[in-house]
Amino acid sequence: MPEHIIIRFENITKQYDNDPPVLTDINFELERGKFYTLLGPSGCGKTTIIRLIAGFIQPTTGGIYFEGKKINHISPDKRRVNTIFQDYALFPHLNVFENVAFGLRIKKMKPELIKEKVEEALRFVNLKGLENREIAGMSGGQQQRVAVARAIVNEPEVLLLDEPLSALDLKLRSEMQYELKELQRNLGITFVFVTHDQEEALALSDEIFVLNNGAIQQRGTPTDIYDEPVNKFVADFIGESNIIPGVMIDDYLVEFVGNRFECVDKGFYPDEPAEIVIRPEDLEITEEDQGKLQVYVDSQLFRGVHYEICCYDKDGNEWLVHSTKKVAVGSKIGLDFAPEDIHVMRLGETEDEFDKRLESYGGVRHAG
Amino acid sequence: MQVKTRNIYLIPYMLWIVLFVIAPIALIVYYSLFNITGTLSLENYTRFFTPVYLGMALRSFWYAGIITGISLVAAYPAAYLLTKTEHKQLWLLLIILPSWINLLLKIYAFIGILGYYGPVNSFLDFIQIGTRQILFTDFSFVFVAVYIFIPYMILPIFNALEELNPSLVAAARDLGASSWKAFLRVIFPLTLSGVKAGCRAVFIPSLSLFMITRLISGNRVITLGTAVEQHFLVTQDWGMGSTIAVFLIIAMVLTMLLTETVGKVN
Repeated sequence: MPEHIIIRFENITKQYDNDPPVLTDINFELERGKFYTLLGPSGCGKTTIIRLIAGFIQPTTGGIYFEGKKINHISPDKRRVNTIFQDYALFPHLNVFENVAFGLRIKKMKPELIKEKVEEALRFVNLKGLENREIAGMSGGQQQRVAVARAIVNEPEVLLLDEPLSALDLKLRSEMQYELKELQRNLGITFVFVTHDQEEALALSDEIFVLNNGAIQQRGTPTDIYDEPVNKFVADFIGESNIIPGVMIDDYLVEFVGNRFECVDKGFYPDEPAEIVIRPEDLEITEEDQGKLQVYVDSQLFRGVHYEICCYDKDGNEWLVHSTKKVAVGSKIGLDFAPEDIHVMRLGETEDEFDKRLESYGGVRHAG
Repeated sequence: MQVKTRNIYLIPYMLWIVLFVIAPIALIVYYSLFNITGTLSLENYTRFFTPVYLGMALRSFWYAGIITGISLVAAYPAAYLLTKTEHKQLWLLLIILPSWINLLLKIYAFIGILGYYGPVNSFLDFIQIGTRQILFTDFSFVFVAVYIFIPYMILPIFNALEELNPSLVAAARDLGASSWKAFLRVIFPLTLSGVKAGCRAVFIPSLSLFMITRLISGNRVITLGTAVEQHFLVTQDWGMGSTIAVFLIIAMVLTMLLTETVGKVN
């Protein structure tokens, strides 16, 4: 196995009793030093994956490999991974210093060395000077930092983060996002981050795994996943999107809402039914007679950065438009878009088939 | 107006407290100040500090300590297993059930079970160990007392374990602790409040046992509880009986304070 692979899942299935499986035949490899995000709605199996890596549960079938060695039955205390729990799981009977020192004390490290390492870890998370504080007297953000310090002081190879930001308010959350990304760069270790927040995933990750119903729907860089969702679920889950039924007439030619448009997708059968994705921010508002589509403005919401405009075309399809321009509700407007703004999805295509077809394009990528 | 109506609701409770808590304690203190001849003196208190009564007090503490210790050692793992079982409420009910049965009935049952012609001795005879005196020994006294008190130890520990956030245990394991270390450093310290409550619920009533000492150990074990009973019913020395009761109350209050203040973790 190549040196840079640190964790590998091989045909992992996890099932409790006779319930439907939580994870079905999961395969992936994680590289050293990258920031991975497991993204999906609740109940998709993302937390199960990190509990499997941490060793709290064992897979029903399949193998988990750490640096090429099978670790299915290695107990959590013997794995070189640490977890940051959703509720932080800080020990309420210990102060900040003792919480961070917990792992080192277990290892029977010398007290002077423990003091040195704990102080360094606390400096790393900007909590210097709060060593003697009780956990109960700290804010959510501070508790989060203690949890980070407690994990990284053990110098794990992989850090697992189970929705660590979900309990924080919006402003603190975006602050902590920067800090986590910075931390990962400075430490140079692998992060596996679990979230249901697609914005968080797009902002932080080197690579995102989108999960649904216990299976990986798509994996790739944030831009890959955003621009080329493999199916309706991914397109819908990541960002806002307009998903319209259409027909792929020929290579680079697609028909929807009664018109034919130039696009950059190919490799379909002639006249194959497909789904068209156009992101709301790729739609440009024009005069009624100038755009490629004519729509009726149904409602408009001010979202701060942009207006969110909900329109309907003559076939009754809903079109969501993000624009900094304001339009009159009830008026008719035109919508314009470029060929590369159209993303055509084949119905029922798997991730592997999608990747193969994408390769056949010869490297043509959609514009962002 | 509202404050007044609230005070009216308090009256029955206040009456109860005065009649059945304050008045009896005052009576006990009052009686303790009269010696056997009925004259006012502190003679009873000086008598308490003679070897006879001090020995009795020491023995009471010793037995109460043993009963509490054995109950704890047996109850903690039981409570722990209980939190892991599928039908928690059913098992809990089965453990609590015996405590709803009258104490005297249970003790009489044990006289039958442990007696010379009882099933335990038949069994010992059957496996060639031979019949022996089980009733009227220290062993039977402690055994029956533990049996009586163990539900009161299991319940608070069970509750404390149930309240323990399981991700704390996972965190300890994640940070390199073996399951034993996780128990020592996280589970036990965080359930200490339950342990203390259990110890209190067992130790305090154990101090003044008299029914079990009389019926199971045949008054071979004499505790302060036995002494109080004997003074009131046999020697008619109410003054001395009351004095012992005063010391019992002091011991109870001290136990309460000791187990209360230290455990401010949760």
